[in-house]
Amino acid sequence: MSMIEKVSKWIELFGEKVTQNKETLNKLDTAIGDGDHGSNLTRGAAAIREKAEETTYDNLSKLFQDVGMTLVSKVGGASGPLYGSAFIEMAKKAKETEDIGEILEAGLNGIQKRGKAEVGEKTMVDEWAPVIDHIKSGSFTDEIIQESLQNTKEMKATKGRASYLGDRSIGHIDPGAQSSAYFFEALLDSGVLDDE
Amino acid sequence: MTNKYGILLVSHVEEITDGLLKLLDQVAGDVSIKTAGGTENGEIGTNFEKINQVLNAFEEEKILAFYDLGSAKMNLEMAMEYSDKEITLYETAFIEGSYVAASLLQADVDIEVIEEQLKPLIVKE
Repeated sequence: MSMIEKVSKWIELFGEKVTQNKETLNKLDTAIGDGDHGSNLTRGAAAIREKAEETTYDNLSKLFQDVGMTLVSKVGGASGPLYGSAFIEMAKKAKETEDIGEILEAGLNGIQKRGKAEVGEKTMVDEWAPVIDHIKSGSFTDEIIQESLQNTKEMKATKGRASYLGDRSIGHIDPGAQSSAYFFEALLDSGVLDDE
Repeated sequence: MTNKYGILLVSHVEEITDGLLKLLDQVAGDVSIKTAGGTENGEIGTNFEKINQVLNAFEEEKILAFYDLGSAKMNLEMAMEYSDKEITLYETAFIEGSYVAASLLQADVDIEVIEEQLKPLIVKE
């Protein structure tokens, strides 16, 4: 498979995972947010699938750009602008390199610029940051994904809707970290990293 | 009176922006105030495209923007990046902040004075 086919597969698998786990994501979000994270991402995944069916891609940047803009326009809530900004920044980086670690790092910068979150604030950043470190050092495994996800449980939310709960946010996995875990599981399954 | 400033209200709920507009219209009938409440299908949430369209509908080039919760801000900031208009986002309490801005614009008060009055109402960030 070419890189572009693998990346398309990655995005397709991510869409499948959030769609299959829609209720899980909604439930996590009900505990500490507004309960629609799964529904929002499922709507985004459907729109991305539709776009992918009608488009043939010959470069990575265009693919990421379309995914980003689709998420921004179709997904309400915080996840639209956050995942959207990630993909839009990944699109810019993909013009310079095919290195997934670097591309994802640009995506993380996009998320942080949009959401103003740092590591340790119980957000998707707490999944992205450690995973990217391990991808860059060549030590990325499924355990890293799951461990980072579990680590969000004991964190106190200081960004996003969950921050209104203060200490009561402790003890719950962050829904954005959970959907990001699906994103990185899909990355592992897609074979994008196999040639590296 | 033609004012060069417009006010944009962004909320997760359409009825909130509708209600707030009603309140502001009472004191600022001549100020251009537009709303982006809820998602494109009227559900709870905010939407980049909806905000973008409302911004484009302003005749005014300078916009004072007010919002309710965090993700409204994210969509608003994205729309600001894509817009040619000069938009200032205020981190004030949604109702109090927009009320002060609207009533002072109606009274032709300078923007510097308005911003000074808005400062004690900042509750976000």
